[in-house]
Amino acid sequence: MLKNFALGIILTLVAGSGGVYAAGSQGHVHDHNFSFEGPFGSYDQEQLRRGLKVYTEVCSSCHGMKFVPIRTLGDEGGPHLSKAEVRGYAAQFVEVWDQSLNYGEGDYRDALPADHFPKGGNSNAPDLSLMAKARAGFHGPMSTGINQLLKGMGGPEYILSLLTGYTGKEKTASGSTLYENTAYPGGWISMAPPLEDEIVEFADGYKNDLEHLSEDISAFLMWTAEPKLNDRKRAGTVGVLILGLLTILLFLANKALWRPIKNREI
Amino acid sequence: MGGIPHDHYEPKSKIEKAIDSRLPIVGLLYDTIMVPTPKNLNWMWIWGIVLTFCLTLQIITGIVLVMHYTPHVDMAFASIEHIMRDVNGGHMIRYFHMNGASLFFIAVYAHMFRGLYYGSYKAPREITWIIGMLIYLLMMATGFLGYVLPWGQMSFHGTAVITGLFGAIPFVGETLQSWILGAAAVGQPALNRFFSLHYLFPFLIAGLVIVHIWAFHTTGNNNPTGVEVRRGSKAEAAKDTLPFWPYFVVKDLFALALILTVFMAIVGFMPNYLGHPDNYIEANPLATPAHIVPEWYYLPFYAILRAFTSEVWVVQFASFITGGIVDAKFFGVLAMFGAIAVMALAPWLDTSSVRSGRYRPMFKWWFGILVADFIFLMWLGARPAQEPYASFSLIGATYWFAYFLVILPLLGVIEKPLTPPATIEDDFNAHHVKPEAADLAAPAE
Repeated sequence: MLKNFALGIILTLVAGSGGVYAAGSQGHVHDHNFSFEGPFGSYDQEQLRRGLKVYTEVCSSCHGMKFVPIRTLGDEGGPHLSKAEVRGYAAQFVEVWDQSLNYGEGDYRDALPADHFPKGGNSNAPDLSLMAKARAGFHGPMSTGINQLLKGMGGPEYILSLLTGYTGKEKTASGSTLYENTAYPGGWISMAPPLEDEIVEFADGYKNDLEHLSEDISAFLMWTAEPKLNDRKRAGTVGVLILGLLTILLFLANKALWRPIKNREI
Repeated sequence: MGGIPHDHYEPKSKIEKAIDSRLPIVGLLYDTIMVPTPKNLNWMWIWGIVLTFCLTLQIITGIVLVMHYTPHVDMAFASIEHIMRDVNGGHMIRYFHMNGASLFFIAVYAHMFRGLYYGSYKAPREITWIIGMLIYLLMMATGFLGYVLPWGQMSFHGTAVITGLFGAIPFVGETLQSWILGAAAVGQPALNRFFSLHYLFPFLIAGLVIVHIWAFHTTGNNNPTGVEVRRGSKAEAAKDTLPFWPYFVVKDLFALALILTVFMAIVGFMPNYLGHPDNYIEANPLATPAHIVPEWYYLPFYAILRAFTSEVWVVQFASFITGGIVDAKFFGVLAMFGAIAVMALAPWLDTSSVRSGRYRPMFKWWFGILVADFIFLMWLGARPAQEPYASFSLIGATYWFAYFLVILPLLGVIEKPLTPPATIEDDFNAHHVKPEAADLAAPAE
């Protein structure tokens, strides 16, 4: 009976995770191995910097990231820009409304590292701060959560699949153009293909074909959604080791404590 | 305190006597921690400690989270992101709290099914069982209220759906729903009061937990045989029991450490696995998510809620005889709460003369199906409301009710139970004592 209970609990965990995504006409998302997957995976700083460049030159023309403070670009475990680079990056956003300026009348000023990324200019373009976590619902097959558990499939895979999933077909529906996309639920998305080969150039000459650019921006958006991932995994590893050791010690203590009882010595 | 006869605290020094004569708190703690506990408890008796730990964890992490959270519709979501990004260790504290809720429910389900299998709900432990059910209901309420606070898409639309259940009650429903929400729709009044209640309920749970422990310290723990501890004298009781400290404290702590190792791995490596990704999108009243799915721990009851559609004949019958007052929606709500109510009535529905499922050959099978049914319903609750899942849910829901209302009462009559051991000591010796040791020291009687 005990085994049944244990099995039940495991099944409960697996079945429970299924709460997460109940699919209608779900798009196709393919697996990709990102550097930050698995218990010991971490962000690739160079990849995040490339992703930041893609975001700045392409995505930010429509989308915003209002939950991400610009200063966090300097954080370890993220793009880790220098202080001067962060200040320089912030200064490109010249229209931050500051109510304290002009004797309380308010005025525009350049952004400071303490400010957040601006909101997007296009109100139809969703905020990208948390997109990689908001689109992590690939708990297939059949709501069992096995794909996410074993393959680590989640939001970055969705973003990558979406950016590389355009078929080139277009259609017009009620006055707006829709683009066919194999990853987008329903198959037709209103965002025109944002990336193409060589749309962004890297100073070090890193590969900038569509596939690579998409990987870089997907990784970067995972960082914006989960900036403390490296810290968290380190805490998890240390925690598991300490608790594991405690478990072993308590196991031995428990065995020693009960031995006289089971041997009927007392 | 009543209970199994054992040695009580004796104040020795002058100061101990002085304190004890004014406030016998040391004696109370001593009696609680040294309570005689059946020797033969198995590993399913560790969940109580896990649950106590969960409540403590949730209260401590919760109090810290409240220090940085803002219960305002325009700021709640951003304040959660502030916790995740700016507060020192905030992301860990929040992930502990989020996943702590899941651990809490895993433990409570294991604890409840333990009670159902070993007949822990049967006389004289009915009050312990009923208080346990109240704790469970409060846990469900607290979990739901807490889920609203991040003000994500699932928070918002889930609140609309769940409070809508109260709206399904005939005549008073709409008024009741508005009263709960503090407005005609989900908004600032709801967020504020849900925050207040989410902070209050855990302390009510803590109070009930004390009463729960008090009750079973009076009746004594049940145990895998379901045989009662002999209470004729201290010496007799001592043959069946060991003091809680240190034997069961160390055993339970070992189990807790093992469970926390797994818990730590989930928090550290996949903290969002059990959550819903849509809740990382700020609430937008104008965009309803395609599928509103509750957290995993509500799914079995959510499946029962959805199982009774207007196509089911029982629903049509209920609607017909009540002149349409009980429609499919209200029937579903009644079924969902009924599913918990029948569980609460188990002490009076179970007619068996034997307490523990271990000695009930037919019961074992029906109970196994009940556990499978629960997991099946949980999976169904996550599937879209369409065929074949709707029919499966109906079958699952029917079995749930049949188990409590038909199978439990009938089994007691038709089943021939095996004979449990005469005493806990016999059971312990048969299972845990090495044969050579048992031979050396044959029982004195």
